[in-house]
Amino acid sequence: MSDASTIATARRRHYSALTQGGIALLLVWTALAAFGPYLAPHGPGEAAGAGVFAPMSAAHPLGTDYLGRDMLSRVLHGARYTIGVAMAATVLACICGVALGIFSAVRRGWTDSVIGRAADALISIPHLMFALVVVAAFGTSLPVLVLMAAITYVPGAFRFARALALDVNAMDFVEVARARGERTAYIVWAEILPNMVVPLLTDFGLRFVFVVLLLSGLSFLGLGIQPPNADWGALVRENISGIYEAAPAVLMPALAIAMLTISITLLIDGFSGRDRPMVR
Amino acid sequence: MLMLGMILRRVCGGVLTLLIVSLVVFIGTNVLPGDATEAILGQSASPEAVAGLRHALGLDLPAHARYLHWLFGLVSGDPGVSLVNRLPVAQLIGPRLANSLLLTALTAALAVPLALLIGITTAIWRGSLYDRVANLAAVSLVAVPEFLLATVGVILFAVQLHWVSAMAKPSVGSLGEALQSFTLPVLTLSFAITAQMARMTRAALLGVLDSSYIEMARLKGVRPARLVLRHALRNAAGPIANAVALNLSSLLGGVIIVEVIFSYPGLAKLAVDAVETRDMPLVQACAMIFCTTFMLLVLAADICSILSNPRLRTG
Repeated sequence: MSDASTIATARRRHYSALTQGGIALLLVWTALAAFGPYLAPHGPGEAAGAGVFAPMSAAHPLGTDYLGRDMLSRVLHGARYTIGVAMAATVLACICGVALGIFSAVRRGWTDSVIGRAADALISIPHLMFALVVVAAFGTSLPVLVLMAAITYVPGAFRFARALALDVNAMDFVEVARARGERTAYIVWAEILPNMVVPLLTDFGLRFVFVVLLLSGLSFLGLGIQPPNADWGALVRENISGIYEAAPAVLMPALAIAMLTISITLLIDGFSGRDRPMVR
Repeated sequence: MLMLGMILRRVCGGVLTLLIVSLVVFIGTNVLPGDATEAILGQSASPEAVAGLRHALGLDLPAHARYLHWLFGLVSGDPGVSLVNRLPVAQLIGPRLANSLLLTALTAALAVPLALLIGITTAIWRGSLYDRVANLAAVSLVAVPEFLLATVGVILFAVQLHWVSAMAKPSVGSLGEALQSFTLPVLTLSFAITAQMARMTRAALLGVLDSSYIEMARLKGVRPARLVLRHALRNAAGPIANAVALNLSSLLGGVIIVEVIFSYPGLAKLAVDAVETRDMPLVQACAMIFCTTFMLLVLAADICSILSNPRLRTG
């Protein structure tokens, strides 16, 4: 009894040790994405008058960029692009993927094979390469970027949701509902979907991380968000010439991305408990 | 026989997928109304000149004919002519492809042994501080963008310490030059895939370590290192090979970023430049090479899992 409870507390403590930091960081970034532009001391295009590539100081906590603009303000304004655009794309990808996945799992038959084959084809295009082809064809407007990132990650979300739905679909309570004569729509909505929510949420988080990395990578290549707007990837790109002065303007936006993605990954790792050595 | 059939089916599936991919790439790069003629002649060209060029480029043919023509050209090694400098695409791609292969081969040569070493040792000492630190590092590294690793590397080793060059070039005279040129790009690329590969190796080993024959060996008093190396590793070889191939395929995304950062004259840099100039034949060819390589690696991963399944081998 006491053994069991100490194991339980040890488990819980380990859980929070890994995830608390993640949760805190994530909350900070969410707040930044929502209120960043209001907190920024300067406008996004405003010259701060401290010269270009100024080091970190009290007046400019993150220094200034290649045009002498306040870097903190640039990062705060960029948060909305990095987090907002990625969030929109991830939500879109997951809704489509989950809908298609459940549909395939419940319908089976040739619809399932056709959707599955299409997903296989899309998945076998390296993501950044797909992004390059789309940008070459359709340009870099915001809707194109969101749609492109969403389409890139639909197949993954689809596969995950389909496998999950197949598992749930084979369970006894679904069988019972079917025997009761419930309609398929009801079974999907009331029996299958609620039992998929937790794994779907972790999947959503992981996918969000990938979308952030994809979009900022694209912006870093100069093929994402276009000036005068800038997400964090674009901020790294436009200040890359400052690397020889070891300017914070290059490092800070890249660090912002890393902190965002690492915090989410740690959070998911803690929640899903995969490979957690203590528990095994 | 069963095994051969499964592998054949996988290969056919791969070819079919590649056909669909080629269709996606072709449609994607042909969907806009303003075509190559406008890019070459400018918007103020006379209609006669446009029509003449369209005919010369074969753009007046119906879409399916153009697709088939392009596809056969691709298969026979003639993916068309670049719109920007009028050179055959094959001639542009050849040396670039060799450079990219060199970069990825060096990365694989470093990352694969390192990942296996870390994966196996963390499985042997699972639950130890080393295991937990390695796991935490792996989880974090997977989520770090390549350009952060690259910029930190350049600032530290090229700008501050002057150990290596911030530019990478493939033609090197001596070993010293090679180290100067390749250290940073290879390290940058290695970080993320090593982390992921080591994690998957460890997970594959742990999956086997939970089976009852391992429990039996453990009860007989076999030491952990011997348990993993002699008893578990052989049965985890399939999933591990699978993990290696899959992670090498994810290298292809990183290569794009790294070649641009270090101005390395590889295929990915060529593709990015082609996107900027909207040089569609070049974009198409680069995209297809990337997709085919990706496909081959995934296929290799699949075949590894099939070959390592003893139930299929005897069947």
